[in-house]
Amino acid sequence: MKKKITCIECPVGCSILVDIEDSKIAKISGEKCPKGEKYAISEIENPVREVTSTVRGEGLSLKLVPVRTRGAVPKGRIMDVMEEIRKIKVTKDLKIGEKVSEDLLGLGIDIIATRKADKK
Amino acid sequence: MNERDLVIVGGGPAGMAAAISAYENGIRDILVLERDQFLGGILNQCIHTGFGLEYFDEVLTGPEYADRFEKKIRGISGIEIRLRSFVVDLTENKVITYLMPGKIETVKARALIMATGCREKTREMVHIAGTRPAGIFSAGLAQKLINIEGLLPGKEIVIVGSGDIGLIMARRFILEGAKVKAVIEVQNESRGLLRNMIQCIEDFEVPIYFRHKVSKIIGRDRVEKVEIAELDGGPGGKIISKKVIECDTVLMSVGLIPENELIEMAGVRLDKNTNSPISDETNKTSIPGLFVCGNAFKVYDIVDTVSKDSVEAGRMAAKHLGIKDEG
Repeated sequence: MKKKITCIECPVGCSILVDIEDSKIAKISGEKCPKGEKYAISEIENPVREVTSTVRGEGLSLKLVPVRTRGAVPKGRIMDVMEEIRKIKVTKDLKIGEKVSEDLLGLGIDIIATRKADKK
Repeated sequence: MNERDLVIVGGGPAGMAAAISAYENGIRDILVLERDQFLGGILNQCIHTGFGLEYFDEVLTGPEYADRFEKKIRGISGIEIRLRSFVVDLTENKVITYLMPGKIETVKARALIMATGCREKTREMVHIAGTRPAGIFSAGLAQKLINIEGLLPGKEIVIVGSGDIGLIMARRFILEGAKVKAVIEVQNESRGLLRNMIQCIEDFEVPIYFRHKVSKIIGRDRVEKVEIAELDGGPGGKIISKKVIECDTVLMSVGLIPENELIEMAGVRLDKNTNSPISDETNKTSIPGLFVCGNAFKVYDIVDTVSKDSVEAGRMAAKHLGIKDEG
């Protein structure tokens, strides 16, 4: 079986062809860099995505603090992760990269701030 | 009159990159005017990833990308940053009038870099018939409402055009619990990056209609539905069929246009179609010493290229002031 995958690692968007034999990856072609190969394998074996959103800030310079998952989430769990992110409220100063939540849903993934927020 | 070696209008990605580069090229008296209360421009509302791969060899979100430049610029004492400073007038001699809370200021620039970005095209610019109810937003405005203000503009969304902001917003609405009922694109393929077609549209199984246009917006007080028409062969083609989609919100993602009213006021010649300065060289204009960089010069696909070209604008300003190349 052949599967066509469009790489999302960079704006180039390589079209990658994956040959699957006996439910195993036999050959990967079409990628212009090693990121493409890694992405193609992940898309076949366990598709994942980084999730970005916002959390509520209280008494901070920002009404909403933008956040991202540190690492990627299994595609099927994105909406679950979003539901958890929506529950988060932050009240203290935050630096970029600082955790606002740890090990979300036992997925081993932290949520980190992507913008600095100061206490008002 | 107060005179400065270099004034930069706009503290977004273009303005910040130009300011840092100008300093690195020897200019020691730099004033940056930014109308918002923060530096960073549009990057602050672009909370998704996908920035910086080319410039920093890292995948960053918009605010993280902006912060890289903000940290640097804040550490340079030769660069003065004035926030909440809104330029209202510009003359051919590079005299700038701007408003700050409670006062009006004038400054003459020996060299001037305009980094004023672009704005979104509106419904009026693509001629969609119908009523004028509430619920019609440009994609970037919806992005600001959701990501900065914490407001969800609607529950059932139709997106007109498949530019990157529209695709990104399709995913953003879905993540926030809204339903994206359709993306309508008149061309044969998406205008956005392929990766956004995958991670924003295919991932969430959003219906996308190519060779279709929105022929009518229907609704009395609030958007109730849109009528879409399939066009034979795409733009300009005959209407083959029509269909009605119920929705409460229409998002316009039909392109960007450089924001250049100020330089037009100063007499810079602009291309009437693109609103870009008429020029043989990137960043230059018909007025010597008046440079334009970033999306105000031409609309870029990715911010990394904006930064790169804006670095050039900083170098050009130094050259205009007769400062020798130190590198």
